[in-house]
Amino acid sequence: MPLYGTALLAGCHLTGILLGELLGRALGVQANVGGVGIAMLLLIAVRFYGHKHGWLQVKSEEGVNYWAALYIPVVIAMAMQQNVVKALSGGPMVLLTAIATVTACAGCVSFINRREVVTADEAPKN
Amino acid sequence: MNTLLQKLAVDNGLILSFAIVGLVVFCSGFLSRKLTFGRVQGSAIAILIGLTLAYVGGRMTGGSKGLADLTYFSGLALMGGNMLRDFAIVATAFEVQPAEAKRAGWIGAVALLIGTFLPFIIGVSIAYAFGYRDAISLTTIGAGTVTYIVGPVTGAAIGASSEVITLSIAVGVFKAILVMVTTPMLAKFMHLKTPRSAMVFGGLAGTVSGVSAGLAATDRSLVPYGALVATFHTGLGCLLAPSLLYFIVRALV
Repeated sequence: MPLYGTALLAGCHLTGILLGELLGRALGVQANVGGVGIAMLLLIAVRFYGHKHGWLQVKSEEGVNYWAALYIPVVIAMAMQQNVVKALSGGPMVLLTAIATVTACAGCVSFINRREVVTADEAPKN
Repeated sequence: MNTLLQKLAVDNGLILSFAIVGLVVFCSGFLSRKLTFGRVQGSAIAILIGLTLAYVGGRMTGGSKGLADLTYFSGLALMGGNMLRDFAIVATAFEVQPAEAKRAGWIGAVALLIGTFLPFIIGVSIAYAFGYRDAISLTTIGAGTVTYIVGPVTGAAIGASSEVITLSIAVGVFKAILVMVTTPMLAKFMHLKTPRSAMVFGGLAGTVSGVSAGLAATDRSLVPYGALVATFHTGLGCLLAPSLLYFIVRALV
């Protein structure tokens, strides 16, 4: 049943956020440390075991895939409520800093990724 | 009549925002095919339209939530808010192949570290060039260059002035918007094609919203890999900036 998938997703999500909060507190940081990342790892692990032990039916997976498909619309809605006015009004320093950072990081990404040789074993086996 | 529509819109804000975003996606798909013959992805155009509408909304209401400040569109704050955004990001993890993620794991961590130090150094040096001399302001602006969450968290932790904290947020938000918009254009240059390359990008671009929107507009299957690394950025930044990085800056200044 799709609801099982969504409930499973909600469970992993909340557990991940909680662990991220605890990790943040343990490290003395006033922020959630990678809560969403932990939730993602949990979900990957649960799906891995679900498939191995066969209790995760395709019907339930639909409950997760629906929210994964909703992702781009949510991102578009997120773009609609960004404070673009303030971001642009921050003056030349803000624009320069952001542009310099994105350029430098794009250069680094390109430099690292160029090294990646898609060897036979790395190419997805399908 | 107007009050009726307004009441309808406010009471069903989330439902209305589904319809509005659906309309925007439909229009951008049309524009993508007709104007750019499918070269520019529909979702990239949709994000651009979204940001433009946010600018218009911000201009009209002077509020801080872009289009969502208008009563008719208040539902967007919920649909595009952190709760659903994070929930949907986690859902995309369903498509991650554990083998791919594990193999590329260490390179993602390396990218994460570079993606924290490099922007911080750039942020501090440009702030210095613009006349900021005290360690607290420099660190806060440097932290804002990492992400628009690390900036204010660091600023609050080390006691920066609210004006500097606002600047750090502005840098982070503009960087996220820049990453959202430029990623599809730079995709070929950054060799974004394998899960590993997406994880490197996620680590270096540094903003979860920027990375996930940028990858969504480039290649949907790469979103979970990039997002998986990028989500650790805020945590790592909040860990390093108010502590290690702040001490380094204070020692140098």
